[in-house]
Parts: sequence; structure tokens; C-alpha cells
Amino acid sequence: MDEIFGIPAPLLFGQLLLGLINGAFYAMLSLGLAVIFGLLNIINFTHGAQFMMGAFAAWMLLNWVGLNYWVALILVPIIIGATGVLMEWLMIRRLYKLDHLYGLLLTFGIGLIVEGLFRNEFGSSGLPYQIPPQLSGAWDLGFMFLPVYRGWVVAFALVICLATWIVIEKTRLGAYLRAATENASLVQAFGINVPRMVTLTYGAGVGLAALAGVLAAPIYSVNPQMGSNLIIVVFAVVVIGGMGSILGSVITGFGLGVVEGLTKVFWPEASATVIFVIMAIVLLARPAGLFGRA
Amino acid sequence: MTTTRRGLLATGAAAAMLPVPLSRARAQANTIRIGVMNDQSGPYRDIAGPNGVIMAQIAAQEFGNRGFTVEVIGADHQNRPDVGVNLARQWYDQGVDMILDVPTSSVGLAVNNVAREKNKAYINVGAATSDLTGPQCSPNTAHWVYDTYMLAKSTGGAMVRAGGDSWFFITADYAFGHALERDTGNFVRAAGGRVMGQVRYPFPATSDFSSFILQAQASRAKVIGLANAGADTINSIKQIAEFGLTRRGGVKIAALLMFIADVHGLGLETGQGLVMTESFYWDLNDRSRAFSRRVQPRLNNRHMPNMVTAGNYSATLHYLKAVADMGVPASKASGIEVLNRMKAMPIEDEAFGRGTLRQDGRVLIPSYLFEVKSPGESSGPWDYMKLLQTTPAEEAFRPLAEGNCPLVRS
Repeated sequence: MDEIFGIPAPLLFGQLLLGLINGAFYAMLSLGLAVIFGLLNIINFTHGAQFMMGAFAAWMLLNWVGLNYWVALILVPIIIGATGVLMEWLMIRRLYKLDHLYGLLLTFGIGLIVEGLFRNEFGSSGLPYQIPPQLSGAWDLGFMFLPVYRGWVVAFALVICLATWIVIEKTRLGAYLRAATENASLVQAFGINVPRMVTLTYGAGVGLAALAGVLAAPIYSVNPQMGSNLIIVVFAVVVIGGMGSILGSVITGFGLGVVEGLTKVFWPEASATVIFVIMAIVLLARPAGLFGRA
Repeated sequence: MTTTRRGLLATGAAAAMLPVPLSRARAQANTIRIGVMNDQSGPYRDIAGPNGVIMAQIAAQEFGNRGFTVEVIGADHQNRPDVGVNLARQWYDQGVDMILDVPTSSVGLAVNNVAREKNKAYINVGAATSDLTGPQCSPNTAHWVYDTYMLAKSTGGAMVRAGGDSWFFITADYAFGHALERDTGNFVRAAGGRVMGQVRYPFPATSDFSSFILQAQASRAKVIGLANAGADTINSIKQIAEFGLTRRGGVKIAALLMFIADVHGLGLETGQGLVMTESFYWDLNDRSRAFSRRVQPRLNNRHMPNMVTAGNYSATLHYLKAVADMGVPASKASGIEVLNRMKAMPIEDEAFGRGTLRQDGRVLIPSYLFEVKSPGESSGPWDYMKLLQTTPAEEAFRPLAEGNCPLVRS
């Protein structure tokens, strides 16, 4: 059997693919963060809790209302996005004129409260959520069995990332958004309702987190801590990619997923640390991040 | 960043929980104070957590007032040894007489040293490492309901007998995972089996196990031994099923430490057929059923008691009996004397029936091997397990002479 660095080649290909799949989650989560930071200048520390809410909302729709995974995929981002809109409208908008730190503290605090409420209600050991029957099973790729669901996650995440990028970079709405980021009062002078646009952008970012939560529910334990485990890594991804850079966060998300996946083979004990080591190196060499503008 | 976040919580929790009950309590010399320390906010919360505190309170209430009052307080150690040690020092210095529970082996071992240094009583219920009654045994410490040796012998032994003679371990990279991997590996090898490899992943920062599952698959082992617990175990089992190893590959999963709350979180659809070992199950016999139905309404999320929460009940009761026997001043003076008295008395309670506390601090009770029911076999929530096999108390745990406990040699 062919070996690369002492690891059988098929195993290595499998690990690369798994890295891409995990990268898909990082990319989707960091995308939402980047969109929010780009326009609102808010570091949204509630993102992990909103990801978790997405997974729980999918469970609730299934068990309380009887709506399946596919419906959840559409409804959950809207419902959780709406809670984001409410949160922006009630609280976050009061902080735009203040330092970044205030937004960070507020969203961090809300995240802790939400996590605590879910923990009180559902406990910490999680809830069962099955893979939808249409996506169960696995493909034999020769070098590994790829569960159909994982393939779906990568494909779906890529489509979502691409769609978000197109909306922001290629459409009129995106042009307004980008213009408002540069100079909000000027855009408002042209008759565009900037505050409403900002509110909806926050809602959309939150919706992306919730969508990732629905995607995660069948493969990860649906529990109140699921977001806080992931979100620290995702922040590192955003920092490495460059705060606010859409394309940067997507590419970095997939790339770091692969790096982490390889670490899990060569030095598993360090797999939780490797991303932060990269973050430190990138910050020293390029403080604005790989794709950020200083 | 994790540290900062947890650190904030630590300070908040310590500030909020400690001063009030203790300052009030200090005024009463005739009060026995029990501090239940466990994970109140992380992955092991449902194993003990708030319910662990409640079960100790129930035991104290049922014990009643026999010439002294009992106060039970609780706090969150966040699975961090440094937090646990600070809390333990603070508690013992401020008049807590016995520290109870302390799951997460790294924290459990750290608190063990504090109790010994201050000559106080320490009853560990939630931690798994068999080192607590092995090389690190202490005259101040009892280890109540289970340990890695007992799990390894029951679950590991059963898997090897069923033909699972080659193993690959997916191990949480800290004291608990290492001990469980070691003890199980010993049984596998002793039975003529082989350990094909292991992967140690960072705890608690891992939620995706697919990479390790692929490595396990590449090793061609017949059994994947999960030397982890809580949400990690649930994630591992879900993802092993997703990759089709159990269905198509014929690989067996040995979930070496699993609690009924984990089965609840996993669901019977994915969990059915798993074998697991516990020393308590609510539906084991009339006694355990009556006990569980009585306490369940008082527990959070209406959980059924598991072996750890039931263990907190049992340990509190036995400790208080010893205190009543010796008197409060003598109990407060020496943790070693309380433990000696506890060792001299037979354990008897509704949850576990009869048991004994051995010289090295090990409680001897039977262990039970269960299989998780299929959805069709279950009549509803918490009806999850059927009994496969009982190991009697005297065989369930590591023989006294093999533990390398210094107390035994002297």
C-alpha cells in the first residue's frame, strides 16, 4: 500500500476529505460572523449560542410540531434569524457608537444566558436527532466510506457560502451594504433605510448560524454546550481570515478544517491547539489577517 | 480564550455560592457540613451536577436530626483541577467536614491530596480513575460506586468473551481516559486479545470524532473501545454509526463508561444493542424502583437517579451514620477516624442494598452489565436497559493486593 509520511494514502485522503467537511462548518459559522462584523462592527459572541439554538429548534420542530429535517432547514434560519432581528432592535443598536468591547460583552453575556436557560430546561446530555432517511447510508469512494450526509453538508455549505458571496459582491443589495459599511450617513442621504438594512443583516448572519446548527444536529450531540465548543475555533478562523472578509472567512474555514484534520492523524493530542498556533503566527506576520485590509 | 470564559464563570460562581451559606453556618458548632463539588455547567452536568447536590440533601433530610444538624452545599468545579483544589481548600478551611462527589478524574485526584493534607473526609463518587484506591489511595478517602477497573472487567471482559479480541481505543486525553484505556487494555491482553492502537484526543475541546473513527477502521480492530464519557461518548457513537462501521463493518462499540442520561441523549434508535456497566439502575429490583420513584419528582429535568447521584445519596447516609456513631466533635477532629469508622460499619441503604468499605477506600458492591433496549422493547422514557449479567461485590473490583495502595502494604 502506498504511504505518505508513514500514513497509508487512502487513510490520508479520507482525512483530507473529513477536514473539508469540518471546514464546511467553520466556513458557514465564520461567514455569518464576518458578515455581521463587516457591516455592524459587532463581534457577535452570541454566535455559538445561536448555532446551538438552530440545532435545538430543529429538534423542537420535529418532536413538538412533527416537522421534519427538510422543513427545519428552511424554517429554523427564519425563526432564529427573527430572534436575532429582535435582539439587534432591542439591544445591540444602542451600542454602535461605543467601543467594540461593549458589543462583545453584551453578545457574550446574552450567549451565556441563552446557554444557561437551555441547560436548565434540557440538561447537558443532549437530545437525539436522526439523520433524515433520504441522506442516510454511505458511498464507497474506494479509499473510504463517505456517509451521504457528510457529502450533503459539504455541498450545501459550499452553495450557501457562494450564494452569500454573490449577494454581497455582485448584487445591488450587496452594493448598498458595502457602501453603508464605508459611509452610512451618505448612503442614508441617498434615501436608503440603513438602520433597517443593518437589522436585517444581523438577522441574516444569525440565520446562517442557525442553518449550520440544523446541519449539525444529526451528527453532533444536540446539547447546550455544542456552540461554545465550536465558537472559539470559529473566532480564530475569522481572525486568521481577516475580520470582516467574506471570501477570507470561507477559504480559511475550509483550509483550517483540513489542517486540523491532518493534525488529528499526525499528532491527535495537539488537534485542539493547532488552529490557535496558526492564529498566533498569522497575527505576528499579518496583523490584519490573511485576507484582511490593514 | 476558553480559560478566560471559564475563569469568569469561576469567579462568579465562587463569589455567588460560597460566603453566604458558610458564614451563616460558622455560627453553629453542632452542624455537619457536606460540600458537593461537581460539574454544574459542562459536559458532565447530567451525570451528577445539581441532581447530585439534591440527592445528598435528600439523604441528609431522611437521616433527620440525631443530635446534630446537617447542611449540604454545592459548587461547580468546571472540570478544572485548579478550581477544584482552590474550592476544596476554601471549603475545608471554612468548616466543611466532608467533600462529596467530585467527578472528572483529574479534579478528583487533586482534591484527594487536599483532603489528606487537611485530615478531612473525602468521598469520591463521580470520578472513574481506579488510582484513587490504587497508588494514590488515602486514609481520608472513600471511592463509592464504580471505577475504571470495574468497568473494564465487566464491559471489556464481556466483549472479549463474545469474540471481540482486537481493540482500538478512542481516549479522552486526561487522567480518566488514560486509566480506563490502561485497565481495559490489561483485561483484553489477559484474555488473549490484542490492542491494535489508540488515539488520544484533546478533552473537552473535541466534538468531531470522524477522523479518529477512520483511524480505528484502518486498524482493522473488531472492537472500538470508547475511553471517554458524556457528550464525547454520544458524539462518538453517533458518528461511528454514521460511518457505517457497526452495520456494515461488523465492528462492535465498547462504550466503557456510559450513564443512563447518555442513553437518554443518544436515543434508542442509535443506542440499541450497546452494552454498558453500572452499579445502579432504577429498574433493577423492587427496592431500587421504590427508591427511584420516591426521589425522581425532586430531580431536575425529571431525570431518574443514576449510579452517581444514587451514590451521593448512599455515601451521605453512610457518612452521617458514622458521624452519629462517633459524635460531632470527634468527627470534625479527624477525617481518618471518620473513614475508619465507616470502614468498620456495613453499608446498607435503599439504593444499593448492602455493601462494604474496604481498607483501601474502595466500596464493594455488585456491578451489572446491561444491554440498551431497542425502541420496540422500551415502554417509554427511562425504560432503557435489560440486565445481562451480575458480577458479585467481591469479584467486581480490583483485588486488594493488586492495587499498589500504600495503605495496604503498611
